[in-house]
Formats: sequence, C-alpha cells, structure tokens
Amino acid sequence: MLVTSADALLAAASAVTVGAAGWSLCAMRQHTGRGALADEATFSALHTVSVASTSLRAGLTEDSARKAVRHLRHLLGVPVVAVTDTERLLVWEGGIAHSDSTLRLAEPVLTAGRPRVIVRELDPCGDPGCQVRVAMIAPLTIDGRVAGALAAYTEKARFQRLRILGEVARWMSGQLELAELDSSKARLMEAEMRALRAQISPHFVYNSLTTIASFVRTDPERARELVLDFADFARYSFRNPRDFTTLAEELRSIDRYLLLERARFGDERLRFSVEIAPEVLPVAVPFLSLQPLVENAIRHGMECGMQRFHVRIVARDAGAEAAISLEDDGVGMDPDKLRSLLETGDGSGPARGIGLLNVDDRLRQVYGEEYGLVIETAVGAGMKVSLRVPKCHTGLSPG
Amino acid sequence: MIAVLALALLAASLVGVSVRTRPARASDLYAASREVSPWWNASAISGEYISAAAFLGMAGLVLAYGADMLWLPIGAAAGHVVLLTLVTAPLRRSGAYTLSDFAAWRLGSRTVRHAVSGCVVIIGWFYLLPQFQGAGVTLSVISGLPVWSGGVVVVLAVAALVLSGGMRSITGVQAVQFWLKLIAVVVPGLIFLAIWRLQNDADVARTPYFHRPTTVTAGASAGIQLTTPAVVAVRGVLDGRRHHGERVLLAAGTHRVRSGARLRFPAGAAVPHTSRLALLRGDRWATPFAGGRNHPLAATYSVLLAVLLGTMGLPHLIVRFYSNACGRTARRTASLVVLMLATFCLFPALFGALGRLYTPELLMTGETDATLLMLPHRILPGLAGDLLTILVATGAFAAFASTSCGVVVAVSGTLSQGFGGGTTRFRLAALVTMAVPLVLAALTCAPQSTALITLAFSVAASSLCPLLVLGVWWWRLTPAGAVAGVLAGGGPATAAGLVRILSGQRTGWLGMLIEQPALVTVPLGFGVMIAVSLLTRSSVPAHTSRAMARMHVPEEATSERPA
Repeated sequence: MLVTSADALLAAASAVTVGAAGWSLCAMRQHTGRGALADEATFSALHTVSVASTSLRAGLTEDSARKAVRHLRHLLGVPVVAVTDTERLLVWEGGIAHSDSTLRLAEPVLTAGRPRVIVRELDPCGDPGCQVRVAMIAPLTIDGRVAGALAAYTEKARFQRLRILGEVARWMSGQLELAELDSSKARLMEAEMRALRAQISPHFVYNSLTTIASFVRTDPERARELVLDFADFARYSFRNPRDFTTLAEELRSIDRYLLLERARFGDERLRFSVEIAPEVLPVAVPFLSLQPLVENAIRHGMECGMQRFHVRIVARDAGAEAAISLEDDGVGMDPDKLRSLLETGDGSGPARGIGLLNVDDRLRQVYGEEYGLVIETAVGAGMKVSLRVPKCHTGLSPG
Repeated sequence: MIAVLALALLAASLVGVSVRTRPARASDLYAASREVSPWWNASAISGEYISAAAFLGMAGLVLAYGADMLWLPIGAAAGHVVLLTLVTAPLRRSGAYTLSDFAAWRLGSRTVRHAVSGCVVIIGWFYLLPQFQGAGVTLSVISGLPVWSGGVVVVLAVAALVLSGGMRSITGVQAVQFWLKLIAVVVPGLIFLAIWRLQNDADVARTPYFHRPTTVTAGASAGIQLTTPAVVAVRGVLDGRRHHGERVLLAAGTHRVRSGARLRFPAGAAVPHTSRLALLRGDRWATPFAGGRNHPLAATYSVLLAVLLGTMGLPHLIVRFYSNACGRTARRTASLVVLMLATFCLFPALFGALGRLYTPELLMTGETDATLLMLPHRILPGLAGDLLTILVATGAFAAFASTSCGVVVAVSGTLSQGFGGGTTRFRLAALVTMAVPLVLAALTCAPQSTALITLAFSVAASSLCPLLVLGVWWWRLTPAGAVAGVLAGGGPATAAGLVRILSGQRTGWLGMLIEQPALVTVPLGFGVMIAVSLLTRSSVPAHTSRAMARMHVPEEATSERPA
C-alpha cells in the first residue's frame, strides 16, 4: 500500500532526524564539556525509541514485535523482554527458559488493563544464575482497548524500572495506535472503492430502461438484445471478486455501455472510434477504471441539442506501460474550475469530476503518485483524459 | 547497389506491414479488443530470436568447424522446449512483464531486482556485440566498406530506429520479419540444393578446393597455411615481398599475406586456410569432434547447456509472452515457436555445407559470416544470383534490425527503470546500451560473430536460468539465496566472457572453460542458490504460497469468466 509505505518512510525520516538532532546536540554539549554523560543517555534513549518505532508502525505482529523488542531490551536495561498479544506470546527476547508461563502471568494484566509485578509465582528453574526472578508486566492499549502486554524480567524489582516500563508501554501503545490508523485509512479507501464498484449510475439505469422500453413495440428484437446487453453490463459491474480486470474485458464492458447509450441517443449523434494496440489488451487494470471516464464524457461533455458527439479511445503500447487516452469533442470545461473541483473533491457542484476524481484516486493508490490522470480541456474544446498503466502489476502483493 | 536494393525491399515490406497492422480505427470495440493470437505472437518471437548471428553466422560456423556446430541450431530450437516446459505459463500467470519484475515480485526484494537487472544488462551487451560485429561484416561484404564503418553505420541505424520510437514492440512488424527471414533462407536453400544435385560437380569428401579460378582479396593481414604447393598469381604483399601480378609457387606450410593482397588461384587448387582454422578433410569435417578444438566433448556439452538453459534469460523474448492473454495461450505460443525455429534452423547447416563446396576461400580470409551472402553468386552467376543476393541481404538486414532493436529496447528499458524511468532517460540508456558493445566490438579479438553469441547464453544460463527455474518451482528459494546464486553463476560467466573477448583464444582445459564456461558456471549458479537458500531458511518470503498458487493454478480455476 502506498499510504503505509509513505508513512513508514516518514517515520524512518523522522527517526533519522531525531537521531541526527540528538547527535548534534550531544556533540555540541560535549564541546562545552558539561553534562556529556546525561546527554549521551538521552541520545541513546531517543535513538532506540526512534529505531523501534519504525517496526512498530507495522502493527502488533510477531515480526514487528521481534524487531522492536531487540532495541527496547537495551532501553529497559533488563535481561529478558517479552511481548504478547491477547492470545499468544509474540516474542521472547533473551534466554529460553520460562517463556511458557508468560501468557499465564499476563492474563490478569490483559483483562484488567493495569500493570503488575510478579515476584513469587515464577517457577524456579533451579539455576542460581538465572536472571528471571521478577516479572513486570504492563498492558499495551489501542484506543482504550487492551491489545497486548509488555513484560520485563529481572532479578530484583525496582520502582524506577517499573516506571520506565510503564512509559515504554505507553509509548508503544501510541505507535500501535498510529499503525491502526494507517490500516484503517487503507480500509477506508478500499471501502470507497468497493462502494464505487457496486455502483451503476442510477441515471444510466433509468435511461437504459426507458430506452429499451421505447423499442419493445417498434423493434422487439433489438429490445431483447439491449436487455441482454444491460444484463451483461450489470453482471460485469457486480461480479469480479478481485480488484483487477484486463484491459480487454474493460473495453468489452465499455462496448456494452456504448451500445445502450447509442440506442438512446441514436447511432448518428453518438459516434465513437477506437484504436487499440493488441499487445496491451492483456494488461491488468483496476476494475472499472475506464468505464467511468466514458460515462463521464457522455454525461457531461454531450450538451443538450448537440448534433454530433464523438468519443475516441486510444490504447498504445509504450514499453513497460500502456498509454490509454479518451478524447471527446464535447463542451469541455474551464480548466481552473475543473482543478478546483478535483482538489476539493466536492460532490455538491456539477457532478462532472466525481468519476474522474475517483478513478484518479484509485490509480494513484494502486500504482503510485505519478500515475494519476492527465486531463487536457478548455471550454468548447472537448476533453482529453490520459492515463498510463504499468504492464507489470505484481508490484502489489501477489495473489 | 545490392545493399541499397535490399534495404529498399526491407523498408517497403515493413512500411506496408506497419500500415496494415496499425491498430484499426474500428468503430466496433469488440473487434478491436481481439488479442494477439498465439500463431502471430509465435511468429513475432521467432522473428526476434533469429538474429543476424543466427541468420549469417551459423552457416559460417558450420563451414569452418563442421558437424560440431550443428548443436547450436539444435540447441536454439530445443532451448525453447525447455522454456516452454518449465517457465512460460507460470511466468505469464505471475503477471510480470520483465524478468526484473518477476524477481522483485517472487522474492519481494529490491536487491534481487537490482541483481537481475544487472544480469539483463550484461546479457544484452554480450548479445549485441556479435550482432554489431556480424552486421558490420555483412555490410562490408556487400558494399565494400571497411568493417569498422559497417559497424558504425549499423549502430547509427539502430539508434535512429530505437530513438524515433519505430521498431518498438509492434507484434505485426516482428511477425512479418520472421516470415521474410524464413523465405530468405528457404527459397535460396531449395534452389541451391536443386542446382547442386543437378550439376553434381563438387566432390564433398575432399579437402576444400577451388572449382574455378578464383581471386581472393585478403581483408586483413593474416597467416595462411597450405597443405599442398600451389601456383598463385599475386598482386600485393606476400611473405614480406611485393608482387605485381606474377605467378608465384607457394610451398606447403604457413605464409603471411598483407591486407589488400589479391591472390588468384587456379581451378582445382586446395584452399589455404587462415591459421586460426584447422584444415579438415570432408569426411572429418562431417564427423563430430574432429574439428581440432579443445576438449570437443566437454565444449559441446557446455555449449548445449548454455543454449538450452540460456534461452529463457533473453530479455527481449520474455516480454513478448506478455502479449498472450493467459498461461495457456502463452504455452501454445511457445510450442509454435519451437516448430518455427526448428524449420528455420535446418537451413544454416545446409548453407554451411554448400559454402564448403562453393565459397571455400572464406576459409582463407576467415570471414565465414559472409557465406550466405556470397553463395548466390557462386552458384547462380548473373541476374538470378543478383536477385537471390538481394533476397538474402534483405533477410540479413531484417534479422539484424529486429533482434538488435528488440534487445536495445529491452536493455535500455531495464537501465532507465533503474534510473527512475521517463523518455529522456530511456534515450540516454539506449545510447549507453549501444555504446558499450560497440567499444567491446572494437577491442575484440574473436573473428566470428556466432562464436561470441554463446557468451550471452552462458551468462543467462548460469544466472537468470537458476533464478527463473527455482523461482517458479521451488518453495524454499530465499532472496539471499537468489542474489548469491545469480552472482556466483553470472560473475564467473561474465568474467570468462570478458577474457574471451579481450584476450583471444587459449588452449587446454582453461581455454575450453573460458570459451564455454556454462559447464561449470550453471551447476555453480544452481548449487549456490540452493545451498544459500537452505542456509537462510528463515527468510523464505511470507507470500511464497500465494505466489506459487498464482503461478501454477490455471486462470480458469481462479476466476469465473463470462462465456
């Protein structure tokens, strides 16, 4: 996901900044010769924290916990650190013995959400050098709900250490909340995408049905064909559990869409031409990424009373990418108005732009910021929407 | 003249094709969204595979070294069988466009991606080197220009084609070029065969000899060796003495000719050989392992291994399978490619054998790449010979243009992707892609273009082949293992290639291994990749199962398609 990776980058960058700031601070103070030791400690603490935060931003998983705990053990100054979620032990860092009792000891912390110090309940292992004698366990909370526990084991319980543990657990909770935010942001985008997918424009449904109705008596055969086209189009829009389809299938859906629209406007008024390089037909494109553009062109580019309206679809092979463009000779639009419409994402004005905006968002989300729509238009000069699609779409997660 | 006519013919055919195959301005979307058929795509792949080296060089090698070289065309066709069996369909299902894409997706690592991209670039350079060299020779043979200027002309032509955006990956153009090339060998091949059988004037079993009085011009200063004494009319410098057309008795043994010397041999004289080639009687020439080469059995296995396994690492071929809609059509395409290439590969051997009979002086000048271009005139003097030469030259230019442009586009795409992409960077990368092999071609000591083409195959077979095969079929491949294997296999193969280019031939086992390293480097690549993967067992990418499922489960099973 682009969003996540951008945030991770941000976190890494901030980590580096914190580190650099700490270092320069430290260097300055050393120069003056005072308090160098305390600064060194501050620096190393900050550095550890910033390094660990990067991995925690992936959420509370075995992998992230393992990476973070490695650093946190030094920060806490204890021989053994463990992290659990609500069901199992995620990581046990330092030694092997005693790890099986962690979840049992953490149980009260997970239910009550309050830190706990355990001195007696630990099973003695008989090893006189064993450092696992006292367990201090603090809860990790996300939005007030306990999501796991951080446990530190030492030889002796000390109040200072318990306080440090509490602070570290709180900081970890903060990072985990941020991670949760990241994933909910991604989920929101996904939900929006699904909503759009499920949505055939109600205007289109109404118009198609009235058009078909008008043919039922005069030309029943054609009406029957149109009903079948409508059914096919609807099936395409509802179907497909995956997020991707091929350019060929997307074009077929556009074909059905145009058949219905041409039945409504008449073959003479609504014309279209296509120029497709056969090499790019198997390219995977996000589901319903072109059809809304065609719909947008017809709904908003074709003014009432317009005698002729021409839509042109071109897909060319451009090395590792496919270059697709949709051009119409309709009324066009004021570029500044379009820009403000796209920037605000405001749906209240003339609805032109909502389809564009959504396609643009999804393309950027799937392929990266540089793959958005490029729109060329002016009042009365038609509109040309261009997009590029990388042929290889495996950069996403496989499957 | 011939060159101009041949170029005109090629240009005319290509313009005609590109007009016809340009995407139709149909108003019927359904017709416009018809995908490239396997037959058409297979023609395009075969078209891009048959390079100038295969078209011209293979005949030359058969002429010079005899039966051993038949493994090259056999390997070329068989390499596609391996590709078809192990890689095509899973690779297509993965959705990857280039090999770098595949590596990055399968192993989820940027380091692996960079390693693979590096390999692709090296393979591309090694592949272009013999192309430029062969094209230079071709041009100089038919136009009389010096070889270096031929090379430069050819690079300029490719630069113009690639930078102008022509010769991009238009399937139709490449497909027609294949049929053009096939016609350019089949028609002369059958005609020559018929004439040879009808005239029946050449004795195959003898050491090559001149059928009629023949004048040979030495293109470069070189040593020649004679088995029997011959009376020769010499104009130019021979053995350090200048002659002005007088007859000289050349004793058996080695003589030196200066560049530009013209020697006129009487009919029936045995053909002297350049000192780089061993003298072979006809029966020995037709017998395997008699060519006087280093450790011929091991070298043959090595070549075979390189060509068989290296085919899957050729970057410009792999991207073509993307034009197929699914794994099944990709596989059908690959099987058609095997048939098409097998048909084509019958002919270089035929031309090599005929060349031994009709153009034996090439054994003296060493320019065996020119065999196919000189044969028509020798067998059919006059207008018919001219016409056939034009046909062959057209095929040669088509072979050169399609392969070189395909490789340049693929390599510069990979290079520019590494620098961030974009048209300007692509053009810059294209120039770099062409400059490096041009410089190498200037430095090289190896005479025959096809002898160098196995370099690219060796590198591909020892680096990208293990990655592809294990990536497609082995669950436990790890990023660290992949990188280690690619470096361990590709590194030595590349080093051997550079030594071979820059320092000429050697003898003994070392010489054999430098010439054909695949026998050692392929097992090394596989071994290191497997061993390091097993050692880093914990870092098997988390998505491996899903990746495997996507590659191996047919599309029909994973998505319900509308009828």
